[in-house]
Amino acid sequence: MKTRTILLSTLAAMALGASGATAEGIKVGMITTLSGGGAGLGIDVRDGFDLALKMAGASDVEVIVEDDQQKPDIAVQIADKMIQSDQVDVLTGIIWSNLAMAVVPAAVAQGKFYLSPNAGPSPLAGAGCDKNYFNVAWQNDNLHEAAGAYANSAGYKNSFMLAPNYPAGTDAITGYKRFYTGAAAGEVYTQLGQTDYAAEIAQIRASGADSVFFFLPGGMGIAFMKQYAESGVDIPLVGPAFSFDQNILQAVGDAALGVHNTSQWNKDLDNPANKAFVEAFQAEYGRLPSLYASQGFDTANLLLSAKAKADVGDQDAFRAALEAADFASTRGDFKFGPNHHPIQDIYVREVVKEGDVYTNKVVGVALEDRGDAYAEECKM
Amino acid sequence: MGRVRRMRQAAIVNAAVFALLVAVALAAHVLGAPYVVTLATKAAIFAMAGVGLNLALGYGGMVSFGHAAFFGIGGYVTGIFASHAAAGTPVLTLPFTVAGSAEMLGIWPMVMVVTALAAMVIGALSLRTTGVYFIMVTLAFAQMVYYFAISWRAYGGEDGLSFYVRNSFPGLNTFAPIQFFAIAAALLALAMGFVALVTRSRFGLALQAARANPQRVMASGIRPFALRLTAFVLSAVIVGLAGSLYADLNRFVSPAMLSWHMSGEIMVFVILGGVGRLAGPVAGAGVFILLEQVLGGVSDYWQALLGLLLLAIVLYAPGGILGLLPGGRRHV
Amino acid sequence: MLLAEQALNGLQYGMMLFLMAAGLTLVFGVMGLINLAHGSLYMLGAYACAWVAAATGSFALGLAASLAAAAAAGAVVEVAVIRRLYARDHLEQVLATFALILVFSEGTRWVFGSFPLYLTLPGALSGAVTLPGGLQYPLFRLAIIATGAAVALGLWLLIGRTRLGIRIRAGEADREMVAALGVDIARLYTMVFALGAALAGLAGALVGTIQSVQVGMGEPVLILAFVVIVIGGIGSIKGAFVAALLVGLTDALGKALLPSLFARVMEASAANGIGAALGSMLIYILMAAVLIWRPEGLYGARA
Repeated sequence: MKTRTILLSTLAAMALGASGATAEGIKVGMITTLSGGGAGLGIDVRDGFDLALKMAGASDVEVIVEDDQQKPDIAVQIADKMIQSDQVDVLTGIIWSNLAMAVVPAAVAQGKFYLSPNAGPSPLAGAGCDKNYFNVAWQNDNLHEAAGAYANSAGYKNSFMLAPNYPAGTDAITGYKRFYTGAAAGEVYTQLGQTDYAAEIAQIRASGADSVFFFLPGGMGIAFMKQYAESGVDIPLVGPAFSFDQNILQAVGDAALGVHNTSQWNKDLDNPANKAFVEAFQAEYGRLPSLYASQGFDTANLLLSAKAKADVGDQDAFRAALEAADFASTRGDFKFGPNHHPIQDIYVREVVKEGDVYTNKVVGVALEDRGDAYAEECKM
Repeated sequence: MGRVRRMRQAAIVNAAVFALLVAVALAAHVLGAPYVVTLATKAAIFAMAGVGLNLALGYGGMVSFGHAAFFGIGGYVTGIFASHAAAGTPVLTLPFTVAGSAEMLGIWPMVMVVTALAAMVIGALSLRTTGVYFIMVTLAFAQMVYYFAISWRAYGGEDGLSFYVRNSFPGLNTFAPIQFFAIAAALLALAMGFVALVTRSRFGLALQAARANPQRVMASGIRPFALRLTAFVLSAVIVGLAGSLYADLNRFVSPAMLSWHMSGEIMVFVILGGVGRLAGPVAGAGVFILLEQVLGGVSDYWQALLGLLLLAIVLYAPGGILGLLPGGRRHV
Repeated sequence: MLLAEQALNGLQYGMMLFLMAAGLTLVFGVMGLINLAHGSLYMLGAYACAWVAAATGSFALGLAASLAAAAAAGAVVEVAVIRRLYARDHLEQVLATFALILVFSEGTRWVFGSFPLYLTLPGALSGAVTLPGGLQYPLFRLAIIATGAAVALGLWLLIGRTRLGIRIRAGEADREMVAALGVDIARLYTMVFALGAALAGLAGALVGTIQSVQVGMGEPVLILAFVVIVIGGIGSIKGAFVAALLVGLTDALGKALLPSLFARVMEASAANGIGAALGSMLIYILMAAVLIWRPEGLYGARA
């Protein structure tokens, strides 16, 4: 941890005098993915965030949005620009864990607040946590842990596990196994970005598993589910919400029907904040909101709740106001743990068809008031 | 028409392009726009990668679609040394102990050695082929390195490797944008000077002759293979150093530096500016970054506009940007 | 049993690669052009199929649309851009067609949005069938294998037995001669390019049906298609066919066998990681090995 101190003092020295805080308003820098294949997630986060500001009529929050193209080096450069030139007070918006790992440590070391609307890599929840870093979504392992808990309650004893061969993929399987108590019928890592799963499906067929846990975000999940449905293998699937998101389900179609997945949010959660959000989002953008949109919306409302209590120039007061998490979350109960990561319920959802729209409905709670496995390592 | 006069004109253009880059950075520094200085630094680094590739591509006629491998290897060597220095652990213990380092002057020689070794292996095997086969086999080697980096968990795999603190340089504060720019610009100038010297040396003339007419060179008792391999290795070392600077710029390396997109981008800088012209990659990288910034503000779909512009340049200005200036198109 | 299924998977993957590679290698052989935008035509075919299938409810119409749209786009691009590049060197072709990728990808995103499109199988082709020996295998993948084989046969007949084929072969051998014989070279080139584009569009539609239809789907396939034509020898349809199957089988069998091979000498999860990594490098290793052994590829006549 010696380096960290050096880093902090160097960067803090650089950032001296570089605070853009005006008396009342807040300047927010949003770095998110708006072009290329992963753009859908960034657009939803941005739209959810904007909607919350609009509904609150918050005209004194200035948001600067920049596209990171899903490239870590571009994200780092945008962060430099927002901190050096635009002198923002708060950064947010990053979708991908690898981009967050490249940007967040340097940003918080320069005295900026960072509110994560999506990525929750484990180092930032554990030893690398920071007093100015707040995660408003989940720690990366959470939804996988919930999938493991669900597998137990569904009576699965022999799971086949599938994830891409990259750090978030290994974390997914680790997270699943943290709660899942049965045996492993197989554990396979696929190439990142792979779209043909014939080989893996052949292994699943030969494995004798009673359930398949998979974490394949984006296009990978679409491809896998469609091919799985065609293969004639009928072992039940379990997975985190990322492959069953509102935007993706329409592309998967019938292949996803009936699959159970885990999420901290769903559009049918019965609380006033969520009802207002779902209605307003549809009215504003003409589509159903996704998980990511809800996270962007909650992030903005957290920010607004802190702004109402404290001036961002007074960092200690503003931080305390963020820690209180005094806002109406679309997920219902929401509070921060000691490492500034959420403590929240994680639900089990089932994919259903309403009219001709594929969507999810909540069928149970997988984990109640779940924090994360890394909080103990966090020394703030 | 004077060959000397043409050469003098070319020298003026080269100096002017470089001076423009430095002037932009200085003006931005004085006017208090540190981000523009950072952008100029990025342009200088990409330009240096382009200058390196140009040695193989423009002068040696070796169209390598795999130079991202050297850019990325340079970056990874930097990241690995810096992260070990931060953690206080050695990089290697067997067969001999190599300590980590957070000094640019300590890291650069390592970068040069490692990229040169990699280029010797890749070059020796790839140069057995020519033409499109050479393009594709260099790509294949770069893809192997890329997939290797993705699955190398010890150094972050797909997530990449952050080292948070820029490496240091004696007498300078590398965190100050303008001082880091000075380092990048100085290395770029050195690289340009080196390439200028090489291309005018007996070796360089033989290399260019081997591109134009291999039979004649062979008849005079020189093996084109040895010439080309040497040029390929020198080219890779320059690109590797650029990769090292790029890692320092971002305090971060990832497999993206090794991807075929990166190889394509370095190639775009060279072609955009003008193949086989010393300052071509500098103009190319500068204009590319300018376009990225300007068009990015116009629309979310700015890459389509960028594509149309690139297309127009290829179709209507085949000598690249510098081909539009006096001195005319260089004959390839 | 697992091995047999993987072999079929490799065969199907190889056929798909062949559909892509055939167009690329034809265009290179006849016109001497490196076309990086071939993957964009693949994407276009998938989008056309998804859009028409959704609008009309007919998968067959969607497939027809993919062929038509990709061929039309190919012809337009050839006349507007590609035609000016034949006389240029490979470098400029690479840059221009790289620019075309940017235009196509972002243009598609602008028209169809950033989210993947829905494209699924008609009932008649969905589900699995039981093969002799008791192996269950998806019917649609068998259909892809059949399509690939039919296209290979068709191309063989086209090039070997028709007037167009004679002109194509003549064009490869000696451009000036063909022009002197009164063949309209410009039209011949447009037709060859459109044919290659149509095959790419078909591949995109077929693959989009079992995978996902999204922006950028063409790029990984493009690189593999290049690997295939280089291994096979540029310009050779036969080489492309053999190499496509070789690459498909190497990839499928390598990914299936390597992890279990490594598992014999090391701990399971490490073996999985290394096996998966080596599995994805395997085809590039194959390509480098082939080129070092035969610098012009398996069936290449000239460099």
